[in-house]
Amino acid sequence: MALPELTGRSTARGSAPAGPVTLGVPRWILAIAAVGALFIVLPIVGMTGRVDWAHFGSLVTSPSAVTALLLSLRTAAASTVLCLLLGVPMALALARSRFPGQRLVRAVVLLPLVLPPVVGGIALLSTFGRRGLLGQTFELLGVQIAFSTTAVILAQTFVALPFLVLSVEATLRASGARYEAVAATLGATPSVVFWRVTLPLVLPGLVSGAVLAFARALGEFGATLTFAGSLEGVTRTLPLEIYLQRETDPDAAVALALVLVAVAVVVMVTAHRPRGLS
Amino acid sequence: MTFELSAVIARRGLDVSFTVAQGETVALLGSNGAGKSTVVEISAGLLRPDAGRAALAGRVLYDLGEGRPAAWLPPHARGTALLAQEPLLFPHLSVRDNVAFGPRSAGASRARSREIADDWLASAEVADLADRRPTSLSGGQAQRVAVARALAADPRLLLLDEPMTALDVAAVPAQRRLLHRVLAGRTVILVTHDPLDALALASRVIVLERGRIVEEGPTRTVFAHPQTAFTRALTFGLDLSAGA
Amino acid sequence: MIRRHRLSAALVLVLATGLTAGCAGQAGTAGAPVSSGSAGSAGSSPETLTVFAAASLVGTFTALADQFEAAHPGVTVTLNFAGSADLVTQITEGAPADVFAAADTKNMARLSDAGLVAGTPTVFATNTLEIAVPPNNPAGITSFADLARTGVAVVVCAPQVPCGAAAATIEAATGVTLTPVSEENAVTDVLGKVSSREADAGLVYVTDVAAAGTSVLGIPFPEADRAVNSYPIGVVAGSPHAGLGASFARFVTGPGGRVVLEAAGFGTP
Repeated sequence: MALPELTGRSTARGSAPAGPVTLGVPRWILAIAAVGALFIVLPIVGMTGRVDWAHFGSLVTSPSAVTALLLSLRTAAASTVLCLLLGVPMALALARSRFPGQRLVRAVVLLPLVLPPVVGGIALLSTFGRRGLLGQTFELLGVQIAFSTTAVILAQTFVALPFLVLSVEATLRASGARYEAVAATLGATPSVVFWRVTLPLVLPGLVSGAVLAFARALGEFGATLTFAGSLEGVTRTLPLEIYLQRETDPDAAVALALVLVAVAVVVMVTAHRPRGLS
Repeated sequence: MTFELSAVIARRGLDVSFTVAQGETVALLGSNGAGKSTVVEISAGLLRPDAGRAALAGRVLYDLGEGRPAAWLPPHARGTALLAQEPLLFPHLSVRDNVAFGPRSAGASRARSREIADDWLASAEVADLADRRPTSLSGGQAQRVAVARALAADPRLLLLDEPMTALDVAAVPAQRRLLHRVLAGRTVILVTHDPLDALALASRVIVLERGRIVEEGPTRTVFAHPQTAFTRALTFGLDLSAGA
Repeated sequence: MIRRHRLSAALVLVLATGLTAGCAGQAGTAGAPVSSGSAGSAGSSPETLTVFAAASLVGTFTALADQFEAAHPGVTVTLNFAGSADLVTQITEGAPADVFAAADTKNMARLSDAGLVAGTPTVFATNTLEIAVPPNNPAGITSFADLARTGVAVVVCAPQVPCGAAAATIEAATGVTLTPVSEENAVTDVLGKVSSREADAGLVYVTDVAAAGTSVLGIPFPEADRAVNSYPIGVVAGSPHAGLGASFARFVTGPGGRVVLEAAGFGTP
């Protein structure tokens, strides 16, 4: 039986370097990927084209803008810390322990990811608002949460927490509990295992989760507006300032939007490293 | 440091009961799935049997079953150390800090635990690797460091689960010599499927098949006169005339 | 083999451009358009009139649109409600509006500065501010000056929006400076915070209090007359329904419109 003629293109890549051959991605997949990337990049580029460059400097250094940016950075940083303190134990509980109803708890914990942020704001109001479940108790204790910077931090933490929990939980699942088991057999109590083995090993996932949480907190809008209100220097973060500037000064709004994009890009590029196979 | 263990896991068909005398190295032999690793995990506290009791140097490790209050010591409180097929050295610590982990967890100061670590690294003939990272070690080197780490924890019972399996064939004899030296006088359970390991290191063997003990006795005796088909197959062609 | 790959790649590109072109065709309508009345029935040539109106005109303009459709068989009035500034942005970006009714003259001026208003806009209503408090008036507010008391959580509109500009004017005129806990972008948000009792008091329009019913208690104050918002209506330049649009504007400014607007609490211009 004669062998069929071998067809197929021979890619004359005489200039490729010697070494292992990377089997790449089919070209049509790359084409779709390019479309996807354009989908995200073009609007940003389009916005950059709308910027009033002549007045850019004065637009972004106005007192209200600077106040809003500093407030955003401060609150996002505080929210990220809160996410770390709460999120790492949550990730551990979900990844490493067993308890009844675990799947339900996990779904609820990830709820802020799918809820519209405004709904998150309404939910926060019903708990921490002046008439809320806990809000009334706080009022009696003299702690004012409504309309305060604390409310901003709570709103940002609410929407950013799932990012951190997911990232850390994924890292924990991927690395498995083998090292923890070995540590235990060497005589380490659960607390020692946590501080000396679990935490150092989960650090990459922790950092990338914290970066995502920070970026999400920085851009938070709907929950903040609904729950914390909007007052310069107290609760008017940069997204809220942009929203307000749109009413009277679209140029300022676009300029500030570009600042927000730039900050987000800097944060993501410098700190976020995709978790490779270690 | 006598170790007594009895354990039943109905689901896996496991039902064993044996004793390891102080200073004795017992080899646990059997085919895959016979239950050898299960016994080790139960001893270390990583697996909970349905029923049974274990005691190490008179201290109860667990006591489970119907009609009596359950007792269970977690792994870190048992005084056992486990050395598995993979060295599982902590990748974020240096070799020295890996070996120092046991003493540190027991409460020794950082300086003292590092001293102990250096002693054991020297004993394992890998003192020159003390400052290296585990990822830069070869399989054989890593396994030696793992031995040092397990011993540095000063366990009353040492559990070795097929410590030679993942090694390069050329590295096995050296590892066997090391173990022969450091296991002397220790209470050890050595899980293996290689009869040479049993001959070289263990004074007594226990043969497991499908979760039950089918043979038990001094190594040479059992190998010279195998009573079951499995042991016969295991020791087929083994020349016992040469010295240990 | 080669042809199949080229075909699938081409197919993907065609799909992508088709989708994006289709989406581009529906530019501009950010707020959900509200259609009142049935689609064109038998009678004169069916026409659709698109009216962009400020958010504070929801109740009144929905009723006015119903009446207009009843008087003009075959005509459908599509309404789009949003903040006045948002509507101006939408129209300048090319949204298909025929008529524009703003909550203040400043925003209408922005549109005519852009050359998008046909003729001269007419003021059809005025609105003044009123204090809104939760039904039980927890802070015991009785006057504008009470809003500046320490411990009162008062919410206002931001100065950049018409109701906030009005509040700022009154502050300047009376010499009473408020320290609000929040400055909202939309008067509906101010109302919301009052009716949910998050705030002790808020400054909203008279018409908002009327429309809110029992969820808030309205406290009128005399100084409100210092800041009157005028609502202008105008036909958008280049509209294909200019005649019908002008007709609608005349209806709104005429006696028929006056009845509906006054019932809601608007003042006469």
